[in-house]
Amino acid sequence: MKIFVCVKQVPDAKDVRLDPKTNTLAREGVQSIMNPYDRHALEEAVRLKEQHGGTVTVISMGPPQAEATLREAISCGADEMALVSDRAFAGADTWATTYTLSMAIKKLGGADLIICGKQAIDGDTAQVGPGLAERMGMPYLTCVRKVVSVAGQVIRLERMMDDGYDLVEAELPMLFTVVKEINEPRIPSLKGKMKAKKQELVMLSAADIGADPDLLGLKGSPTQVVNVFPPEMRGERCLLEGTADEQVAQLATKLEAIL
Amino acid sequence: MLKIDLDTCIGCGVCEANCAFAAITMEDGQPVVNEKCTLCGSCVDNCEVDAMVIERETKVNQVDLVAWSGVWVFAEYRNGRITPVTMELLGAGRGLADTRGVKLAAVLFGSELGDTAKDLVAHGADTVYVADDPAFAHFTDDAYGNVLTDLIREHQPEIVLAGATAIGRSVIPRVATILGAGLTADCTDLAIRKEDGALLQTRPAFGGNIMATIVCPDTRPQMATVRPLVMTPRAADDTRQGEIITVTPLAMRMQSRVKVIESVIAESEQANITESEIVVAGGRGLDGEKGFQLVKDLADAMGGAVGASRAAVDSGWVGYPHQVGQTGKTVAPKLYVAAGISGAIQHVIGMQSAETIVAINKDPHAPIFDVATYGLVGDVFEILPKLTAKLNERKG
Ligand SMILES: Cc1cc2nc3c(=O)[nH]c(=O)nc-3n(C[C@H](O)[C@H](O)[C@H](O)COP(=O)(O)OP(=O)(O)OC[C@H]3O[C@@H](n4cnc5c(N)ncnc54)[C@H](O)[C@@H]3O)c2cc1C
Ligand SMILES: Nc1ncnc2c1ncn2[C@@H]1O[C@H](COP(=O)(O)O)[C@@H](O)[C@H]1O
Repeated sequence: MKIFVCVKQVPDAKDVRLDPKTNTLAREGVQSIMNPYDRHALEEAVRLKEQHGGTVTVISMGPPQAEATLREAISCGADEMALVSDRAFAGADTWATTYTLSMAIKKLGGADLIICGKQAIDGDTAQVGPGLAERMGMPYLTCVRKVVSVAGQVIRLERMMDDGYDLVEAELPMLFTVVKEINEPRIPSLKGKMKAKKQELVMLSAADIGADPDLLGLKGSPTQVVNVFPPEMRGERCLLEGTADEQVAQLATKLEAIL
Repeated sequence: MLKIDLDTCIGCGVCEANCAFAAITMEDGQPVVNEKCTLCGSCVDNCEVDAMVIERETKVNQVDLVAWSGVWVFAEYRNGRITPVTMELLGAGRGLADTRGVKLAAVLFGSELGDTAKDLVAHGADTVYVADDPAFAHFTDDAYGNVLTDLIREHQPEIVLAGATAIGRSVIPRVATILGAGLTADCTDLAIRKEDGALLQTRPAFGGNIMATIVCPDTRPQMATVRPLVMTPRAADDTRQGEIITVTPLAMRMQSRVKVIESVIAESEQANITESEIVVAGGRGLDGEKGFQLVKDLADAMGGAVGASRAAVDSGWVGYPHQVGQTGKTVAPKLYVAAGISGAIQHVIGMQSAETIVAINKDPHAPIFDVATYGLVGDVFEILPKLTAKLNERKG
C-alpha cells in the first residue's frame, strides 16, 4: 500500500497574538511545530504500513524550513519525504494548496491512500483534505476516529458526526482526515532519528510538478484576506464581594430570575 | 502583487511596523516584500506618501459576476430533523439577501422529509429546493456534493452558506473545489461590503487569537461555512409564503463511492451542551475526576448540561463531547458557569455569547473574569458545594 501523509509546519497557535495597539502579530518566541493533527495522521499511516505492508511518504507544501518537520516525521516512522516549495506557491489558500499537493502526489506516482489531519491549527479550515481528494478523484471521509479493518482494497472506518458516529466502508484509493482520538502518536525511536538525519529530501518546484502558474499561490486563490484584528472581549467584570457564603447567597439571588 | 514605488518611498518603515504577517522588511532603507504577503492592504492604507499599491492579477477562474444572484442556505437534515444551525443561517441569510435586494433560497436533501420545507419558508426562505430520496437517508459527500454542485451550476446563486458542522465542513469544501469557488471556513460574522456588494466573511484564526476578514472578489458563488450558535434565527412565521420546488436528481448523481453501514447516535444527555439553556463547565482547577463531580452536581441542581475546558478533557475527567471552545463546541446558553477555568481565548471564543456568565476562580486576575457577568473569587471546592446546596434548598 502506497500511503501519503500530508503534513504542515505551523506556528504554535497558542503563542500567536495580535498586538491590539499596532495590529501586528507578536512573533517573538513563536515556535514552528508539526501540525498536531498531522502527527496522528502519520501515526495511523505507520501503523497501517506495519500491519499491511507498503510505504509511507510524508509530503508538505511550504517554505524550505518545513524540511525540519518532514525530518521529524521520518524519525516517527515515515519512509520517504517530499517538500513542494516555490516562491510561486506563496499566499496559497486551500484551493491553490490542494491543486499544488495533488499535482505533486501525481508526479510522485500517485497514492493508494492519503491521510491528512482534520485541520491545521493556523487556519483551522479543515478544507485541504476534502479538496485534495476531489482533485485526486478519490472518495474521502473526514474526522475519522478509528480504522476498523482493511481487507484487500476495502477499508472500514468510523467517522465522527456531531451527534455520534457513522460506520462506513470505502474502496482504495481513498483519502481520510483524522481526529486526535484515533491514536496515541509514538515518540521518535533512536533508529528513526538516525534515518531522519540521512534521509534524502525530494524537493519539488512548480515547474517540477508541471503546475499551471495561474492556479498557484495568491493568483490561484479565490479568497483574499482584507483585514485582521484582535478578537473583541465583552467587558463586564463584576466581582462579587464578601466571604464564600456571602458570595454564594448574592449569586443565588441574582440567578433566581434565570433558574 | 504588492508594488512599491521606490522613488516615492521615504524609507520611514511604517509599512514594516504595520505588517501583521511580517511580509515586509527594511533592507538598506527600502522596503522589501517577501512571500508571506497576503495582499491584505494594511501597508497601502498606512503609507503616508502613497508609495504602495496592490495590483491584483486577473484569476483564471474568474466568472461573469452579474450572472450570479441570490443567497442560498444548505439546510442540514439529520435523524429526522432540521439542525438548529439551518434556522440560524436562514436568519443571517435573510439579512444578506435583503441588503442585496435578492431572494433567499434553501436547499434541502433527505429521505422522507414530510413538511420540513414549509418550516424553512416560515423561518425566512423565499424558495426551497427539495430532493427527497432514499439515497439521502445517510449523509455521503458524493451524493450531497454532486447534487448541490449541479443545483448551484443551474441556478447560479452569488452566496452559498452552510453550517460549520461535521457535515457542512466535510461536503462544502468538495463543492467549492469542483466549482473553483472561494470558501471561508467557520465564519462568525457575515456582512455585505457597500462598494461592490461582496460578502465580507469574518472568522477566527490561529486558535482564535486573531480575527480575519475574507472576501472572494473574482469568483462565484461566495461560499462560507458558519459556526453554529453565532447567528440569530428569526421567529417562525407560518403565514409566510414561499415556493417549494421539487428536484429529481439523476440516480447516477446520487451514487456514493462511500457506503454508510451504520449511523450511531451516541450523545449522552449531559453532553448535549449546544442545546441546553444552562451549561456548567469545569476546568483544570477541579484537580481530578473527583473534583469534577462537583461540576456535575451543580449541573444537576441547575438542570443544566456539563461543559469543560480542554484541560479537563485532555486530563480525561470528562469526554470530548463536553469540550467548549475553538476545538470543541460553541455554546450560547442563557447561563454559563465556568468553574476553575482560566479563560484562555480558545475557551472564551466558545462561550462568550452566553447571556449570563458566572465565573468561579481563586485567582482574581484570571482572564475569565473579564467576560463574567458575576465573578466569585474563591476556592471551587468550597463554593461549588455551597452553591449546589443553596440551590437544592431553594428548590425545596
Ligand atoms: C489551537 C488551540 C485550540 C484550543 N482549543 C480549546 C478549546 O476548544 N477549549 C478549551 O477550553 N481550550 C482550548 N485550548 C486550550 C486553551 O488555550 C487553554 O489551555 C485551556 O482552555 C485551559 O483550560 P483551563 O482553564 O481549565 O486550565 P488552566 O488554564 O490551567 O486554568 C485553571 C484555572 O483554575 C483556577 N483554579 C485552580 N485551582 C482552583 C481552585 N481550587 N478553586 C478555584 N479556582 C482554581 C486557576 O486559577 C486557573 O485560572 C486550545 C488551545 C490551542 C492552542
Ligand atoms: N501546506 C500543506 N502541506 C501539506 N499538507 C497540508 C498543507 N496544508 C494543509 N495540509 C493538510 O491538510 C490538513 C487540513 O489543513 P487545513 O485545511 O489547512 O485546515 C492538515 O492537517 C494537513 O494534513
